[in-house]
Amino acid sequence: MRSVRRVSATLMAGLLAVALASCAQSERSDAGGQSGAAGGGTGGTLVFGAPGAPDNFDPAFAQDGETFRPARQMYDTLITYKLGTSELQPALATEWTPSADFTQWTFKLREGVTFHDGTPFNAEAVCFNFDRWYNLKGAAAQTQAYYYGAVFEGFAQNETEAGVAPVYKSCAASDPTTAVISLNKAKGAFPAAFGLTSLSMSSPAALQQFEADKVEQSGEAFTYGAYATDHPTGTGPFKFESYDRTANVITLVRNDQYWGEKAKVDRLIFKVIPDENARKQELQAGTIDGYDYPNAADWESLRTEGYSVLVRPVFNILYLGINQKNNPALKDLRVRQAIAYATDRESLVRNQLPEGAVVATQFIPDTVDGYAPDLQPIPYDPAKAKQLLAEAGQSNLTVNFYYPTEVTRPYMPNPTNIFTALAENLRQAGITVNPVPQPWNGGYLDSVQATGTQDLHLLGWTGDYNDAGNFIGTFFGTGKPEFGLTDPALFAEVGAADAVVDPAAHAAAYEQVNRDLMTKYLPAVPISSSPPALVVRDNISGLIPSPLTDERFFTVSKG
Amino acid sequence: MLRFVVRRLLQVIPTLLLLSLLVFAWLRNLPGGPASAFLGDRATPERIAEYNRLIGLDQPIFVQYGKFLGRIATGDFGTSTKTSQPVLAEIGRAMPATIELSVAALAIAVLLGIPLGYLAAQQRGRPLDVATIIATLVGVAVPVFFLGYLLKAVFAVGLGWFPPSGRQAVGLDATNITGFAVLDGILTREWDASLDALSHLVLPAVALATIPLAVIVRITRASVLDVLGSDFVRTANSKGLTPGVIRRRHVLRNALLPVSTTIGLQVGLLLAGAVLTEKVFNWGGIGTLLADAITEKDYPRLQALLLLGALVYVLVNLLVDLSYAVIDPRVRLS
Repeated sequence: MRSVRRVSATLMAGLLAVALASCAQSERSDAGGQSGAAGGGTGGTLVFGAPGAPDNFDPAFAQDGETFRPARQMYDTLITYKLGTSELQPALATEWTPSADFTQWTFKLREGVTFHDGTPFNAEAVCFNFDRWYNLKGAAAQTQAYYYGAVFEGFAQNETEAGVAPVYKSCAASDPTTAVISLNKAKGAFPAAFGLTSLSMSSPAALQQFEADKVEQSGEAFTYGAYATDHPTGTGPFKFESYDRTANVITLVRNDQYWGEKAKVDRLIFKVIPDENARKQELQAGTIDGYDYPNAADWESLRTEGYSVLVRPVFNILYLGINQKNNPALKDLRVRQAIAYATDRESLVRNQLPEGAVVATQFIPDTVDGYAPDLQPIPYDPAKAKQLLAEAGQSNLTVNFYYPTEVTRPYMPNPTNIFTALAENLRQAGITVNPVPQPWNGGYLDSVQATGTQDLHLLGWTGDYNDAGNFIGTFFGTGKPEFGLTDPALFAEVGAADAVVDPAAHAAAYEQVNRDLMTKYLPAVPISSSPPALVVRDNISGLIPSPLTDERFFTVSKG
Repeated sequence: MLRFVVRRLLQVIPTLLLLSLLVFAWLRNLPGGPASAFLGDRATPERIAEYNRLIGLDQPIFVQYGKFLGRIATGDFGTSTKTSQPVLAEIGRAMPATIELSVAALAIAVLLGIPLGYLAAQQRGRPLDVATIIATLVGVAVPVFFLGYLLKAVFAVGLGWFPPSGRQAVGLDATNITGFAVLDGILTREWDASLDALSHLVLPAVALATIPLAVIVRITRASVLDVLGSDFVRTANSKGLTPGVIRRRHVLRNALLPVSTTIGLQVGLLLAGAVLTEKVFNWGGIGTLLADAITEKDYPRLQALLLLGALVYVLVNLLVDLSYAVIDPRVRLS
């Protein structure tokens, strides 16, 4: 009896398997299993390990590097940055000219360009994009369009509390190759800000067809229209093919109709591998061709193993933040200067930061216009620090020094080590340091940025575009809990520099702001600029590291 | 039996309700939040406040909890704050990966663990037994992530026998039917895809299996030793039953009772171990979802995962209770 049951069960299982197998059909394309087979090309497939997944594929709603990375391959902006630099160069616009008062920008557009859906790129498309951003409706959409909001300051109908009078006024397509952007006020961030990936040109037809503006709040999250999730349509050298959310793999294919230099590889795949060690092992095992953000401690060994470590030019700043509100002793400039003299930044850069890191002399790196070359680093001088503290009556100064854990940032590869070195420096100068470690997103950002409960802290900034205001305006343009600044003279000086629109005068104004920040105000201590790197296999060539982390893969070939 | 099952299932409801309240309150009292995670170093107090206002985190916690309960009553577990995808859909996509990994790990642990434990018990005090005890001690002591990296360094990077991470080779274009990569390859007769999935499965399954394997070996060994010394085995021996019959009918059957309890408990631990294993092997299953959700303070995803995890745990233990009745007819469910 028992054996009959067993036989029946086996038969049933067999029948079920056969039934399932007969229902299951292979959905493989003819090219299945043949990587790099797009369009019958011979450039092969490049697989690049990315540390994070993109939030979406609509550059208008992109806010972080991992979202920008695929967008930069699929889209073009009117103006772009020369590869490997932060200098401007033509992209979809061949020329750009400001009016005398810098409130009108006239763009001469490239002819013969089409979007990936075959629709033409022209002045109407440019105006459609600008009008789309300006007219975004709903607080959810406006919150997500962070960079448009940051540059243009407001929308047609502001629906968030952050929005103020909009900088954008209108766009006119005087002919198919001429777009004129009118502004309500001149702004020093232009023209550099026109190169922001968030201001990329999308196909108007696709934007409408796939409900690009449909950003909604759903429970505790935001959802995007189909354009942002599955149908990004730009003019860039690569076209979107798929995003496998289970495997976390984004596949792009070469755009054979690209207006510029065509991509050398047929297919570009971003494989999301959050763990840095896992990325390294994938490279070593040969399953990826390169990855971003190798640990600086591995650079040398990777080179020894034959890989190319591509170090980016520095475009970030790490500072030792000082909160004057939380600790009244820090209101005294002499105390802040003492902290600066007490920090041995040369040793820190030499011992804790990767190759290519430099001591910061001011709050912007030397790759940004507005850098004051005459400023010298504040020297390491513990005796001078003690003397300044004594003069200020703060020889027994105690500070709560906050530092983040569970995070690495391009400007701060190992926060704990940096903290340890700086805290020891401060102790040598007679300052008592209470260490306060907090997880980056487990209280640190809230403490430092929102509530300002720290005396000293570590934080920094990676620039979005080549404008000193993008750094200094962000730090010291207004009062923030982070620094507890209340000096209206400082805010006015930064505001005045930002309002200077002539590029040379704009840079000169910021040079002066930098000098004053270091000598008159010293609201924080600039520490260093550190270059993040990329790494690729030895058969990969043409990847140009960008200070803006704006690497374009159309130049990359696989040997 | 049916009444027992229904009663146990009904007990699940208040358990999950209480747990949901605890999870909900706990998450919202943790430092940080989705706003800080999303905005990063570009956060300002105004942006954080705006973000929280938009997603309702500025409302009193009981209002938030009420809305949450209302949503899950309709089967809506919310949308991930990180990926903007419905949480249940994400879990549905990731679940086969974790099940595939856990089943493979459990299979390795059970299929190797029980015979090894039995052999060690039979050869008590001999070299095989001593070696097994040492190996299981090491197995329990080595952290999963360390073992994972070690396995990858040797077998993926060094020898190149297996891929270092992921579930399938990039660009393989395998057909996805059930989400179980090995099975899908068989069903669609894409044999290369099935083999590829198997080769990806080996290292993480071995890493994940180590601790349960060690535990099962030790429990089996102890249990078999216990049974071997019992009166009925002596009686069976003395009445002339063959060793094979004694092993099958008396020793193994009785010894497997505590082993099956252990296996049930190991399923829960496997899920916990999967978080680390999946991270090391970039596996893309539930463990990965959970780890990312913790980093991103993705409340909806965390809530759903913790509640579903609790549900699975309760159900597995119910199955274990039921298995007692199957293995040992003396056990009566009431």
